[in-house]
Amino acid sequence: MTLRFDKLGVVIAAIVAYAAFAAPFATFRANRIVPGQARSILEALPLTLAILLIAIVIAGGIIALLRTPLLLRLAASVIALVALAILIGTAGGFLTPAGNTFARVAPASGFWLLIFAFTLLLADVLTRLDLSPLARVGVLAVAALAIGALLVSGSWDSLSILKEYASRADSFWAEGSKHITLALGSLAVAVVAGIPLGILCHRVEPLRAGVLNVLNIIQTIPSIALFGLLIAPLGWVAAHVPGAAAVGIRGIGTAPAFVALFLYSLLPVVANTVVGLAGVPRAANDAARGMGMTDRQRLFDVEFPLAFPVVLTGIRIVLVQNIGLATIAALIGGGGFGVFVFQGVGQTAMDLVLLGALPTVALAFAAAIILDAVIEMTSTSRRAEPA
Amino acid sequence: MKAWLPALLRLALLVLLVVFIASPDWFEPLLKPLTENGAPAIYNQGSLLTLTLLHLRTVLVATVAATIVAVALAILVTRPAGTEFLPLSRSLVNIGQTFPPVAVLALAVPAVGFGEKPTLIALFLYGLLPIFENALTALTTLPGNVMEAARGAGMTGWQRLMKVELLLSAPVILGGIRLSVVISLATATIGSTVAAKTLGEVIIAGLISNNLAFVLQGGLIVAALAVLIYDGLSAIERYAARRMGREAE
Repeated sequence: MTLRFDKLGVVIAAIVAYAAFAAPFATFRANRIVPGQARSILEALPLTLAILLIAIVIAGGIIALLRTPLLLRLAASVIALVALAILIGTAGGFLTPAGNTFARVAPASGFWLLIFAFTLLLADVLTRLDLSPLARVGVLAVAALAIGALLVSGSWDSLSILKEYASRADSFWAEGSKHITLALGSLAVAVVAGIPLGILCHRVEPLRAGVLNVLNIIQTIPSIALFGLLIAPLGWVAAHVPGAAAVGIRGIGTAPAFVALFLYSLLPVVANTVVGLAGVPRAANDAARGMGMTDRQRLFDVEFPLAFPVVLTGIRIVLVQNIGLATIAALIGGGGFGVFVFQGVGQTAMDLVLLGALPTVALAFAAAIILDAVIEMTSTSRRAEPA
Repeated sequence: MKAWLPALLRLALLVLLVVFIASPDWFEPLLKPLTENGAPAIYNQGSLLTLTLLHLRTVLVATVAATIVAVALAILVTRPAGTEFLPLSRSLVNIGQTFPPVAVLALAVPAVGFGEKPTLIALFLYGLLPIFENALTALTTLPGNVMEAARGAGMTGWQRLMKVELLLSAPVILGGIRLSVVISLATATIGSTVAAKTLGEVIIAGLISNNLAFVLQGGLIVAALAVLIYDGLSAIERYAARRMGREAE
């Protein structure tokens, strides 16, 4: 059998070779804001573990490089990722001098590149396996559990990000729940308001262009400006409408952020409802009319169920977008993970930035995978039903 | 609605925008009621004109770079030699879109420092996705009979790409560029949180000093730019689509 190369594998192997031998594996800093010193794999780990990691990584690179069975590639990528995840924690403990609480050990470019390379391999394998929607959610759950287990086990506690976390654990969860409330709450309100508005736009032709144009223009206002512009009207409402201040409406803080996210969420929900309803086959509508269905029955039993996957696509766009945009709420005192990002930028403490950015990315990523799976399930089950 | 009305509205918006940027002082009485305690109504720590031009330059540089890279990648993965990368590139685009721009911006700072560079990187990465996605859609849904005819006419792969595929894909690729530009125009304002010179500076100055007039003028200039550029690119797109005999979206 002749050796055949996998084209993607060439790219992955090149990244692996560079990351393992030429790039630093971890950075060591005497305290949290001074520039770091690079440490290679051999310097960052006890000798036997370093050799083990290098062996795993090289084997993984070779398996990626050659045309190998999918399951072998899957195993190689998973083993490499798990080994990297566990050993970076070991490196943290190994590099930190005993009893020193100021020193910070952070993963460096080599580590991130290795993670990137093997995630690429894993993503390629998963794409080629063409998993069912449920299986994809399952993979996500397994990955989340694995990361959760590593966090709980304390093997990452010596890493700088978790040291930042340890000193603000309470506010981390408070900001996290604020972040999720902002993103999900504004989405919920947008769905409740947007779907009826979309149905109205579908039924009343003259409204459609006007409503969609206004919503389109709202999207062009930069997020930080929209957040800022809402401060004044909400401040006015808080001061002049009895009871408004009591339910938490204030000029700065969560209220303007919530309203801004709601306004941004409306366009995808309304537009997708209109598109979904417009895409309902005329035959289905005619048949429903022929059966003597009333307008209301037709809407709830025929049109809306058929348009539902398209509406869900709109909701997916909004959710991913909201999770990202909610970071900006921190600029106007609205809380969320953005608090850590902007504090970190201000203090040039990158670990703090990561503490805010990584959960945001993870949330958005998980939301995208779960909603994609739901969309696929609703649209295929409908297609499979006899027409 | 009469056909000339939208055109007239756009022209009015353009004139208003140019006049406002060129001599914002004329508008001071309009914005004055929004300020408190005698704060200045017009941004006074730099000229709005310069900031607008810098803002546009940042978006332009990032979009041109993103277009070149995205179209080149889309061409690569749709050639026979690159088909192995096609499914993966699709999933990567999906994953990439879940990264919030603020995170990209903040994470680029340690690598390249404060200022314009992290903003360019964030805009570049964020702009790649819509263009790549549209280019990929366009190149994979070309009408089969046209491709057949081009092959039958004895065109080489390179000739087919340059004279048939790219030209036919142009309207859809332009649609991706338009999306990308509009997103970048708004995202560039966030760049000012890492000290990039964009119109975001005006908005952030307003947020910090609680001056609503600053927030409003910064936000409205960006929004007006986005609306005008969106319309302009839509017009180019329709023109290209007409020439290619394809229906615009």
